[in-house]
Parts: sequence; C-alpha cells; structure tokens
Amino acid sequence: MRIHPRYTQGGAVAVLGGATILTLMILVFIIFFILEKGLPVINLNFLTSNPEDMGRAGGIFPTLIGTILLPLLAIIIATPLGIFTSVYLSEYTKETKVTKVIRFGTDCLAGIPSIIFGLFGYIFFVITLGFGWSIISGGLTLAVMILPTIIRTSEEAIKSVPKSYREVSFSLGATSWQTVKKVILPNALPGIVTGIMLSVGRSIGETAAVIFTAGSSLRIPSSVFDSTRTMAVHFYILAREGISAENAYGTAATLIIAVLIVNLSAYWLMNRFIAKRS
Amino acid sequence: MNIKFHIQDLNFYFNNNKVLKLINFEIPANIILGIIGPSGSGKTTFLRALNRMNDLESGSRIEGQILFDGEDIYSSDYDVVALRKRVGMVFAMPVPLPMSIYDNIVYGPRLSGVNDKKRLDVLVEKSLTAAYLWDEVKDRLKTSAMRLSGGQQQRLCLARVLAMEPEVILLDEPCSGLDPISTAKIEDALTELKKEYTIILVTNNTKQAARVSDYTAFFLMGDLIEVGNTGQIFTSPNKTETNDYITGRFG
Ligand SMILES: Nc1ncnc2c1ncn2[C@@H]1O[C@H](COP(=O)(O)OP(=O)(O)O)[C@@H](O)[C@H]1O
Ligand SMILES: [Mg+2]
Repeated sequence: MRIHPRYTQGGAVAVLGGATILTLMILVFIIFFILEKGLPVINLNFLTSNPEDMGRAGGIFPTLIGTILLPLLAIIIATPLGIFTSVYLSEYTKETKVTKVIRFGTDCLAGIPSIIFGLFGYIFFVITLGFGWSIISGGLTLAVMILPTIIRTSEEAIKSVPKSYREVSFSLGATSWQTVKKVILPNALPGIVTGIMLSVGRSIGETAAVIFTAGSSLRIPSSVFDSTRTMAVHFYILAREGISAENAYGTAATLIIAVLIVNLSAYWLMNRFIAKRS
Repeated sequence: MNIKFHIQDLNFYFNNNKVLKLINFEIPANIILGIIGPSGSGKTTFLRALNRMNDLESGSRIEGQILFDGEDIYSSDYDVVALRKRVGMVFAMPVPLPMSIYDNIVYGPRLSGVNDKKRLDVLVEKSLTAAYLWDEVKDRLKTSAMRLSGGQQQRLCLARVLAMEPEVILLDEPCSGLDPISTAKIEDALTELKKEYTIILVTNNTKQAARVSDYTAFFLMGDLIEVGNTGQIFTSPNKTETNDYITGRFG
C-alpha cells in the first residue's frame, strides 16, 4: 500500500526534528546538571589554590596547569605531523595500494580505545624510553592518540579544495609546495582547525591514557619530566574514590567551561581569518 | 618565420585510449592559431600537452616530441615549472582564486620572486589594461575576485596570465560561457596581444576562429585533419571533413 507523500513528509519532519530536539535536550541537561552542582564551588580561591588532603579541601590549581600543558604539548607535536602527513598523502602521492593501506590504518587507529594508547604510552614512553610518569610521556601519548584524527580531518579538508584551484596554481608556474602553501592550506584551514579543536577537546577530557602515562601527582610540576594531574583525572579520582563529590563537580564544571572557551576562541579566530581573506 | 612549437609524431594516450593520433605540424611565433573541431576531438588534450598540464592527470602518456624553441619539453630534465611560466593558460571555466583581484594578478609574478610593490602595481595596471578590464576594476583592486561577473572573471584570468609575461598564451574555449560583449572584449584583446605573444585559441565557435585567428587547425577524433591559413581553410579547405564541419553539416 502506498502512503500519501503528505503523511511520509509529516512523519519525516517529526522523526528528524524529534531526534534533533532530543539530542539538544540531552546536551543541555548534562551541561546544566554539572554546572548547577559545580558552579557554586568555583571561585577565584578554588582555581588558584593548591588542593589539601587529596583534594577533599582546597583548590585545583595544579590540575589547571596539567590540563593546559598536556593537550598543548600533544597539539604542538601532532598538528604539524598530522598536517604534513595529510598534505603528503593527498598532494604528493598518487592514489595507490600503499596510500589506501595507510588510510585504512589511520582509520583503525582513530577508532582504538584510548586506554590502549595509554598502555602503549606506558610501555614505550614511560618504561622503554625511561621518561617515567611525566608531562612528556603524557603529551606524547596524547599526540599519538589524536594524530589519526588530525590526519583524516585534514585530508578531508584538503580534498574539499576544488581541483580547479590546483590547476590554476600549477598553470601559473607554481611548484607543488607553493600551491600547498598559497592555495591548498589557506582554503582547507577551516576544516583543519575543526579537526584540531576536536582533538583538543578529546585530549582535555582524556583520563585513561593520561593516568597511565602522566600519573596523577598533585604537585606543581617543575619540568616536563615531572608527573602531573589533569582536571579530568582529578575529577575521576575524586569521584571514584569518593573523596569529595562537591570538589569533583567543581572540577567538572571548570573543565566544561574551559572546553567552551577553547572552542569559542578558535571559532572566533577562524571567522576573523575567513573575513580577512574574502 | 620564427617557429615556436614543433610537434613531431605526437601520440597521446589516456590509459589505453589513444586521444591524439600522429600529429605533425609547426606553430609560428606571434600569430593566433585557432583550433576547431567537434567536442571529444582532443583539442583540450592537445592544448594541455603544450604546457604539460596533462601531467596532472593519472594515466596520461605521450609518444613523439614537442619542441618549444627547439627544446624537447618532455625530456626528463626539462623544467616544467619554467615551461608553465613561459606558456600561460586560460581555462574554459574562469577560475579566480579566492583572494583579491590584485592578489590574483600578482600570483604568478610573486611565485617568481617579484615582491617590489611598485613593480607589481605596474604589472597589475598593465595586464588589466591589456585584458580590457582595468577601467571596470581599478577602484576595487583589493576586493574579492569572486565577486566579479563571469565575463570579468575570464578577463581577469587572461590578465593573470599576462602578468607572468609569458611567450605563449593557451586559451581553451575561453568564451564558451560568456555574453557577446565580453566575448568581443576578449577577442579585441587577443588581436592586440598577438604582436607580443603567440596565441593558441581552442574554440567551439568556428566563426570566432574565422574572426580572430591567422591560422586554423581542424581536429577530428584525435586526428589533425588540416591546418593552414584561416582564409584558405574557411574558403577552400582541402578535405571534405573540414568543409563539412565549417559549413555546419556535422559536429
Ligand atoms: N583526464 C582524462 N582521462 C581520461 N580520458 C580523458 C581525459 N581527458 C580527456 N579524455 C578523453 O580524451 C578525449 C579527448 O578529449 P578532449 O581533449 O577534452 O577533447 P575536446 O577538448 O576536443 O572536446 C575524449 O574522448 C575524452 O573522453
Ligand atoms: Mg575541450
């Protein structure tokens, strides 16, 4: 039996709209839930003082430092590596079996649970290279973890740059590298930045891979070879060990606000860049 | 007469598909050569063989030789980047790069290391004037080239090629999407430009070839059927295929 298009159209609107509203509601609910419980805890003192008694009292200052340093290190390492790899794969090689295998490999890596990366980082950076539980081990591990995402999103962004731009650039006497620098990367930038932002978010929120490699010291690190604790790990430990639900929510709320600030400023920067170019 | 290109026993393949079949002829300097023929005849492929743009396509393969000023452009040590600076190209679809009009024009010169502002300014005015576009855009050089009309964009593309100060300009059906006024402007520009450049113009419009070109070549299914003086080709062609095509009996 054929259903009249008017009804299928109505049904489609209901299902699609319903899914959207449900997603939004879940998102808003989570954020409100955390902020409602966490915001009252946050004040200047909470952000700038050291934790006392394992975090039962005091603030979260050292974990702010850890949360800034680890993802920063990961991004600094993974961004150039990832962009160079994706440029090489898409601009300097023809599509062959080898590139297909590499692409398949990065796709698989992107889907591996983070705890596996943690284990790898522990065995390789912490033990084999002897970096110990440290900022450097954690940063390198996070870099390995986000590298596949950065490669794949950059590659997609590069592929979406029209082929005709490349042709024009080459026909005007550009080398591959000049074309990459002047035409491909500027036009792929919004997509590349999106991939980096996703990766920043993922490394800020990461716990498993970080505990295994950066440890969970609450001291303020004095070098990259010191252990550190990120906000996500702090929250995890506070909540799991039942140390302080109050401070756990305070940490979680700070984390959410930090991610929001990072994303909003990246968005703002990118819009300024695009506005300047056109 | 000075010969710019010698084409010798040229065969061109995309994978196993032979697209150009044993082409032999010579292209003199400082003329306009019109290339006509039905679509799929290999006109674009021929044009893009001259500045090695076909290299970018996978599966392309060449036999025979193309000599540019006596040098084999397909020999392994030939500098392709330098070749493309000397042999500029205007594509069928105008493609301004997503940047300002000014930056589009100076794209080529900057690649060659010209950074002197005064020199670039002079180049911009000179090229836009030669492409009959200067008066329309001189007050908005810093605005995006994407906002120009189609006809203006194509003249911008011509100006962008002129700014490289090439020796040869290849044009692949540059007027196919344009209104008659823009087309006339481009034709006027080309007639003026042949004093300094060698121009090779692929066109789907036989009347255009008759109007502007000095020599005309007729391609059909990968064969160069006939090439000669435009007057002779259009009044007394040697081959019946040529006659059929220019009188509109097929194609
Ligand atoms: N990149 C390519 N890959 C494979 N075949 C191609 C490619 N470009 C053109 N061809 C083929 O080459 C033949 C000639 O095409 P083309 O040179 O574009 O002709 P024209 O410009 O005269 O219309 C056509 O059969 C076309 O399908
Ligand atoms: Mg064509």
